[in-house]
Amino acid sequence: MDMAVVELSRLQFALTAMYHFLFVPLTLGLSFMLVIMESVYVITKRPIWRVITRFWGKLFGINFVLGVATGLTMEFEFGTNWAYYAHYVGDIFGAPLAIEGLMAFFLEATMVGVMFFGWDRMSRRQHLLVTFLTALGTNLSALWILIANGWMQNPVGAEFNPQTMRMEVTDFKEVLFNPVAQAKFVHTVSAGYVCASTFVMGVSALYLLRGKYTNIARRSMMVASAFGLASALSVVVLGDESGYALTDNQKMKLASIEAMWETEEAPAAITLVGLPDVAARTTHGAIKIPYVMGLIGTRSLSGKIDGIEELVLSADERIHSGIIAYDAVETMKADRANVPARAAFEAHKRDIGYAMLLKRYVADPRKADDGLILKAAWDTVPNVPVMFFLFRGMAALGFGFIAYFAMAFYCASACRFSKRWFLKLAVVMIPLPWIAIEAGWVLAEIGRQPWAVDGVLPTFLGASSLTVAQVWATILGFTALYGTLAVIEIRLMIAAIRKGPIEHHEPIAQAQGFAPLPAE
Amino acid sequence: MHIPLDYETLRVIWWALLGVLLIGFALTDGYDLGVGALLPFVGGTDQERRLVINAIAPHWEGHQVWFILGGGAIFAAWPFVYAVSFSGFYLAMFLVLAALILRPVAFKYRSKDTDAGWRSRWDWALFVGGFVPALVFGVAVGNVLVGAPFRLDSDLRMTYEGTLLGLFTPFTLLTGLLSVAMLALHGAGWLAVKIEDGPVLTRTRAIARIAALASIALFLIGGVMVAKGGMGLALTSAVDTQGPSNPLMSASVAAPGGWLANYGAHPWMVLAPALGLLGPLVALAGIAKRSGAINLIGTALATTGIIATVGLSMFPFILPSSIDPRSSLTVWNASSSHMTLFIMLICTVIFLPVVLGYTAWVMKMLGGRITLRDVQTNPDFY
Repeated sequence: MDMAVVELSRLQFALTAMYHFLFVPLTLGLSFMLVIMESVYVITKRPIWRVITRFWGKLFGINFVLGVATGLTMEFEFGTNWAYYAHYVGDIFGAPLAIEGLMAFFLEATMVGVMFFGWDRMSRRQHLLVTFLTALGTNLSALWILIANGWMQNPVGAEFNPQTMRMEVTDFKEVLFNPVAQAKFVHTVSAGYVCASTFVMGVSALYLLRGKYTNIARRSMMVASAFGLASALSVVVLGDESGYALTDNQKMKLASIEAMWETEEAPAAITLVGLPDVAARTTHGAIKIPYVMGLIGTRSLSGKIDGIEELVLSADERIHSGIIAYDAVETMKADRANVPARAAFEAHKRDIGYAMLLKRYVADPRKADDGLILKAAWDTVPNVPVMFFLFRGMAALGFGFIAYFAMAFYCASACRFSKRWFLKLAVVMIPLPWIAIEAGWVLAEIGRQPWAVDGVLPTFLGASSLTVAQVWATILGFTALYGTLAVIEIRLMIAAIRKGPIEHHEPIAQAQGFAPLPAE
Repeated sequence: MHIPLDYETLRVIWWALLGVLLIGFALTDGYDLGVGALLPFVGGTDQERRLVINAIAPHWEGHQVWFILGGGAIFAAWPFVYAVSFSGFYLAMFLVLAALILRPVAFKYRSKDTDAGWRSRWDWALFVGGFVPALVFGVAVGNVLVGAPFRLDSDLRMTYEGTLLGLFTPFTLLTGLLSVAMLALHGAGWLAVKIEDGPVLTRTRAIARIAALASIALFLIGGVMVAKGGMGLALTSAVDTQGPSNPLMSASVAAPGGWLANYGAHPWMVLAPALGLLGPLVALAGIAKRSGAINLIGTALATTGIIATVGLSMFPFILPSSIDPRSSLTVWNASSSHMTLFIMLICTVIFLPVVLGYTAWVMKMLGGRITLRDVQTNPDFY
C-alpha cells in the first residue's frame, strides 16, 4: 500500500465532501422554510407571501444546483479512490446509496424542476405539494447517506465472509435502525435548519439595515427566528452523544473528545477546557465539572466511561485475537474445507479487522511481535488535541445559536426587529453555522480514524491502487473547478440579493401564460 | 430470513436491471446530453439557444439521477464492477464528472447575466457537458468489450495496468463516436417534439439525418470489428451459478469472436442489434414525414437496441480482464450477497414505479411545445 496515495485520497475526499457540504445544509433547511412560507401564502392568499417564497426560492436554486453538481463526485468517489473499501463493504454500504437515489434524489431533482417552472401550470395547492416533495426529497437523501455513514461508525448487521473476502449483510434491519445513524440524522438536518435560518435572518437584516423591502424582510425574519430556535435546540439536545457508549471505537472517540487518558470513577467529570498533551498522555490545566460526563455518556450515575489507555489495552487484545482469524482465513484460501480453520475463524472473526491494522507495518500480520502489536493498538487513538478543541468549538457555537435565536424570537415580538445592533449581529452570524457544521464533519471523520469502518477496515487499506500522479491530477482538477464555481456562485448570490425580491425579465412583454407579480 | 428467489435468478434479474438502468439513463439524460452537444450548432441567436435550453431545462435535473442511481445500484448489486471500473478508468471518470458538474451550473447560471460573452461561455460549457460524457461513455463501453487491463490478488484487491491514453484505440474511438451520434440523434428527436417548427428545428433535422446515417454505419463497422478483432471470452468449465461471489473461483479464457456466441445459442437476441439498425431508419422516416413522435420513437428504439446489443453479446461477462482472463467479472462471480440482491430488488419493485409515475406526471404538467414567444415572456425560463 502506497501511503502517499492513501493520504492524498483522504485529502481529496475531505476537500470534495467538505465543499459539497457547504451547499447541502442550506438546501436542507431552506427547502423546508420555503414550505412554511408557501403554506402561509396558500392559507392567507396574500401575494406578498408568493413574492417571499419566490425570492428565497431563487437563492435556493443557485445553491441547490451546486449541491447536486458536487454530489455527483461523492457518488463515484468510493469507486474511484476507495476501490478496496467499495469491494470490502459494498454489500452493505452500497444499498443505502442506491436507495438514496431511488427514493430521495429522484424525488427532489424531479420536483425541483416543477417548483421553478410550474408556478403558472398548476393550482396553489399543487405547487405547495411540489415544494413540500422537494423538501422531503432533500431531507430523505440526508437520512440515507447518514445510514451509510452511521454504519461506518457502528457497523452492525454484517460479518466477514472468508469465501468472498468481504463483509456481507446478516441483518438489514439492524443497518437501517442503527442508533448511531438516527442520532446523526437528527443532528445533521437540524444543523442544516439552523444554517438556513441564520442565512435568512442575516440577508433580511441587511435589507432592514438599508431600509429596503422591509415588509418582506420582517416577515422572513419571523419565520426564520421561530424555525431557527426550534432547530438550534434540536441540534444540541438531540446531539450526537447518544451513540458513544456502543462500541470500542465510539468509546475511543468519546475519550479523545474529552482527552480522558485514564478511566475515571463513575460518574465521570466533564472537562470544560484544558491542554491535551499527547506525548505525556495527560491534559494540563483541565477545568472539570463533576458528574456531567457520566450523565451525558451513560445516562446514569453508575455507568463507567473508559479512558484512552484502557481502550488501547483492549485493542491490543483484539489484535492478538484478530491474528488468529487472519491465519484461519489464509489457511482456508488454500483449503476451503479445512474444519479447524473454520472453527478458529468463527471464534475470532469479529476481530479480523484489528489484525489488518498491522498491515501498515508488516505485509503478513502473523509475523508481528508484541511490540509491534502494541504500537498498532496505539494507532487506534485518533488525534486527541484536534478532537478536543474542535468539539469545544462546535459545542460553543451550538449553545451560541440557541442564545441568538432565543434573542431573535424575543425581538420578533418585543421590537419587530427594529434594533440596529441586533440586525448587525444577524449579518455577522451568517458564516458561523457553516463553521460549526464543517467542524462537526471533521470531528466525526477524524474521530473514526484509523478506521474507514470502525473495527472492520483500516482506512489505509481501503484506497484504490492508483499512482500519486493520478491523484494529484484530480485534486488539482477538482480544486480548480470547484474554486471557479465557488467564485461564480458567491457572485451570483450577491447579485441576486442585491437585486432583491422584485422580478425583472428581459424583454418585458405582457402576454398570456403568467400573472404579473404585484409590486411591493 | 427466508429468501424466496434463488441466487442465480436474482443475479440474472440484477444483470437485467443493470441494463434497464443504463438504458433508462440513455433514454432520459441521454437526450439532455445530445441537446447539449447540439446546442451551438442548432441555435444561432441567443433567443434560439434559450429555446433549445428551455426544452430540457425543467427535466435534466431529474434525468441526471439515472446516472447517480446507476452508480449507487452498481455499488449495491455489483460492488466488484463499481470498484474495478471506476478506479480503473480513473482519469476518464474525472473527465466525465468534471463535464457533468459543469452542466448543471451552466443551465442555472447562464441566464443570470445578459452579457453576450458570459452566455457564450456557458453555451460552450453546455456543449462540453453534453459531448464529453457522451464520448467517454462510448469509449468506456468499447473498452469493456475489449477488456480492461486489471488483475485481482488473493485478497481480491485489484491492480490496474493501463493508462488514460491506452483507453483510446481505433475501436474504442469508434464506439465513442457511435455513442455521440446516437445521443445527438436522440437529442434531436426530443427537440422534434418539444420546440416549435422554425429555423432551429430545420437545422436540427439536417444534423439528425447525418447522425442517423452515422449511427448505422458506425454500428455496422463496430459489429464487424467485434467479430473479427479477436475480442471475446468464454467460461472454461461449468460454473456454480449459485456460488459465492469470488472471481478467482471460476475460470475463463480468451475466445476470439466469443461475443457472437450468444446469438447462435439464443437466436432471439438478434432482436437487439436489429433494433439498433432499425431505430435510426424509423427516425429518418419521422424526419421525412415531419412527425416528431415517429422521430422520437425511432431514436429511442435505436438507443435501446444499441445498448442492449452490448449487454447481450457479453453475457454472462460484465467486465472482462484483458491481461488476466481469470480475474474477469461475470454475472456469477461479481454480485453482492444473496440477501442484498433480494432486499435491493424489493426496494426497486416498490420505488421504481413510483419514480416513473411522478416523472410522467411532471412531463404532463410541463408538457406542450415551447415557442420563441414563451422564451421572451415566461419569467421562469432560463
